[in-house]
Amino acid sequence: MTRIALTVNGASCEADVEPRQLLAYFLRDTLGLTGTNVGCDTTSCGACTVLLDGESVKSCTVFAVQADDCAVTTVEGIADGDELHPVQQAFHEQHALQCGYCTPGFLMATISLLKENPDPSEDEIRHALEGNLCRCTGYHNIVLAVQAAARAGA
Amino acid sequence: MSILGNRVLRKEDPRFLRGEGRYVENLPLEGALTVTFVRSLFAHARIAGIDTAAAEALPNVQVLTGADVDIGPLTPPPLPGLEQGMTRPLVATDVVRYVGEIVAIVIAEDRAAGVDAAELVLVDYDPLPTVVSPQEAAKDEVLLFPAVGTNVAGHSGSPEHDEHLFDDCDAVVTDRLVSQRMAPCPLEPRSAAAELGPDGRITAWLSTQTPHQDRLGLAGALGMDPSQIRVIAPDVGGGFGAKQLSVEEVLLLWLTRRLGRPVRWTETRSESMVALHHGRAAHLEFTLGGTKDGKVLAYRLGILQDSGAYPVLGSFLPNLTALMSSGVYAIPRIEAGGRSVVTNTTPITSFRGAGRPEACQAIERAIEMFAAEIGMDPIEVRRRNFIPKDAFPHTTASGATYDSGDYEGALDLALHSAGYEELRAAQRSRREQGGAKQLGIGLASYIEITNPVAETEFGEIEITAEGGAIVRTGSFSHGQGHETTFAMIAAERLGLPIEQVTVVKGDTDDVARGTGTYGSKSTQLGGMAAGLAADDVVERAKTLVADYFEASPADIALDRALGRFRVVDAPEPSLSWTELASRAAADQRLGELKAAHDFQGIPTFPFGAHIAVVEVDVETGQVELLRLIAVDDAGTLINPLLAQGQVHGGVATGVAQALYENFVYDDDGNPLTSTFVGYAFPSSADLPLWEAVEMETPTPLNALGAKGIGESGTMGSTPAVHNAVLDALAPYGVRHLDMPANGENVWRALQEAKA
Repeated sequence: MTRIALTVNGASCEADVEPRQLLAYFLRDTLGLTGTNVGCDTTSCGACTVLLDGESVKSCTVFAVQADDCAVTTVEGIADGDELHPVQQAFHEQHALQCGYCTPGFLMATISLLKENPDPSEDEIRHALEGNLCRCTGYHNIVLAVQAAARAGA
Repeated sequence: MSILGNRVLRKEDPRFLRGEGRYVENLPLEGALTVTFVRSLFAHARIAGIDTAAAEALPNVQVLTGADVDIGPLTPPPLPGLEQGMTRPLVATDVVRYVGEIVAIVIAEDRAAGVDAAELVLVDYDPLPTVVSPQEAAKDEVLLFPAVGTNVAGHSGSPEHDEHLFDDCDAVVTDRLVSQRMAPCPLEPRSAAAELGPDGRITAWLSTQTPHQDRLGLAGALGMDPSQIRVIAPDVGGGFGAKQLSVEEVLLLWLTRRLGRPVRWTETRSESMVALHHGRAAHLEFTLGGTKDGKVLAYRLGILQDSGAYPVLGSFLPNLTALMSSGVYAIPRIEAGGRSVVTNTTPITSFRGAGRPEACQAIERAIEMFAAEIGMDPIEVRRRNFIPKDAFPHTTASGATYDSGDYEGALDLALHSAGYEELRAAQRSRREQGGAKQLGIGLASYIEITNPVAETEFGEIEITAEGGAIVRTGSFSHGQGHETTFAMIAAERLGLPIEQVTVVKGDTDDVARGTGTYGSKSTQLGGMAAGLAADDVVERAKTLVADYFEASPADIALDRALGRFRVVDAPEPSLSWTELASRAAADQRLGELKAAHDFQGIPTFPFGAHIAVVEVDVETGQVELLRLIAVDDAGTLINPLLAQGQVHGGVATGVAQALYENFVYDDDGNPLTSTFVGYAFPSSADLPLWEAVEMETPTPLNALGAKGIGESGTMGSTPAVHNAVLDALAPYGVRHLDMPANGENVWRALQEAKA
């Protein structure tokens, strides 16, 4: 077991983790933050995307020990109380989610994208999000939601 | 103004957006053991022995094998024509029949310990000859079930064969096509948990589309009374037809009963790719004949369905393919049908479209080839053969009775929306320039059958003490948005704001009965049942109000715009739902404001026309989809926003089949595409914005006028894209192209045409 100390959604926490434990399961099983879903085992689907020191990462491909001393933001940490984050609001208004399983990953990847590129073209959005898979929406409304969030200054 | 027909945002969104989705794997279950399945690495082998000692030497690990399992086997679904002798053990005992079949069960304290132990279970396999292709399986040389004596798992369609079917035809075309095997890939892999209560009753949490049917299936498999099982389907992350009760869920309940401890299991993606049943895998041969002036006279469709290793629903689906073989055309003579055969591969079940895209693709390809053969514009051939819009109901030669439609109207709308003439001009220009990147334009007119086996669904409305309404539905949402759509229907009937209507589903203790969601039947059945139950509640409320007003119920009216009851022609006295519920609660009469309805529907037939525009690099074979114009008519739309979302998802799946996805085995039955790295699941970068165009031709078969829209997007898109790629390749002599039309297949087709 290895001791790690990190910040998750603004709150400090310390825990003993197995060196092989993945960040995704640390968040889900140890911290109970089940909003981060796991959709594959090959770093392909992006459902588990979180922010690690502000950058989007697939938390299934980061060991919990690698998050030592880092700040992690999960989907549970982006709304401001009752008020949805502008990216969450845009996904709602554009009907950019159906079964909802991939949604947390898309939200986090979008937040990361818009931080780097506040006004992406459709093509830039599609390529920035190609590491996130969705089976329900055909991506159309997700692209519209990212554009709407960009317009809203997310 | 009615709320119906409006683009109402979803009520269920906030919990998903906040990461509060209640998927099975997210549910806390105190003291639960983790189940890990050891799965066969061989496609066909005899099990010579299983050594569990090393695994069980790990702390708190128990391993069970087929010899321990005292229930089963499962029999094929009791559908007409299916071979009932091909039974399926819950855990393989003597023989494995596909890669992914369960050979042992590991019970451990947590996920990691379970994986560690599973790797230590040593299975000794003696390989057997393997049969992967259905054509080989049909020869009955390698048998999966020697005791049955054949690999034929089922027969579909009509057995008729008229040697003179095409005798009066001026032109006859024939070809084959494979609707290739696809992995359904719901983003949430399957997950199940089960807990034995002190009273011997089992609660099961399942990632399923059909909680009530699962309860019956589980009870049968476990030898229990259905009342002793409660199934809860919480939030489910997509199903696409494939999330049906299978061996894993039965084993979870059996394990909790045996161990007396709660158990849980969530499959990994790589496990899901071989263990969750696949879709499509139909091998089709078609022949179409007609006159030289474009009138189709006869059509024959032969279907060889790959069933996978054990016959489940997929073995039956060719019956739907045969039923829908006529497409949108009035064809005087049709022979359609065939056989389903078992192979050493993952079993085949329903996947978005489920037997109907295959029918559409065959007839649309046949029409294109026939048009080319007689030298007529394929649009004109379609026009000459469409069932006219004033000819409904229309019964096809293949036996389907279509309810309503305007097929030429849909095609015209698609052509107009696409700017078809301009597209053809652009194509001519590219061809004249002669560059590597050529345009292809493809179209498909499609028809779909929803609620295909005429089912019944349950709906119940209960007014709460606060004057809101609870809708209980036997239908289920695994992403479709029933919490919004069904609330809209009930709100409209009751005259309540949608915010005061709550939809309850997916718990067999809370909802009396139900069938679940598949076959694109939810709104037309479950929505109707909810609406009719709401009408019943309104009538009951009128009786109550009449008592309070000392009037006759016949004189009480509900002003839906205001949500108030009053005496006809008098503004006062009046009662709102809130006032009525409050008063009824005080008088112990609230229970009168509750009603249930079972609505039986008969099949409805959505239709449309899709046009695809592709750019094909004729040097490399690379294909890019530039545009997909989709006219989809599913009758009256309750919520156009959600309906369009269904179209988008369906179209994406149809395009994925045309261009990308293919689940592949080698000759020994080893899956070559069993992860998300190897399987070509398209991302946002692979697809364009969809151009969805609404069209509404109500069905006369229900009061909502609604047909189903969940699967229709898959019908037209696949042949439209396939036809578009073939259109681009036509000047190069390519007449046949296997799907998916990826760079490799297109390049090969170009090389063969040159040879």
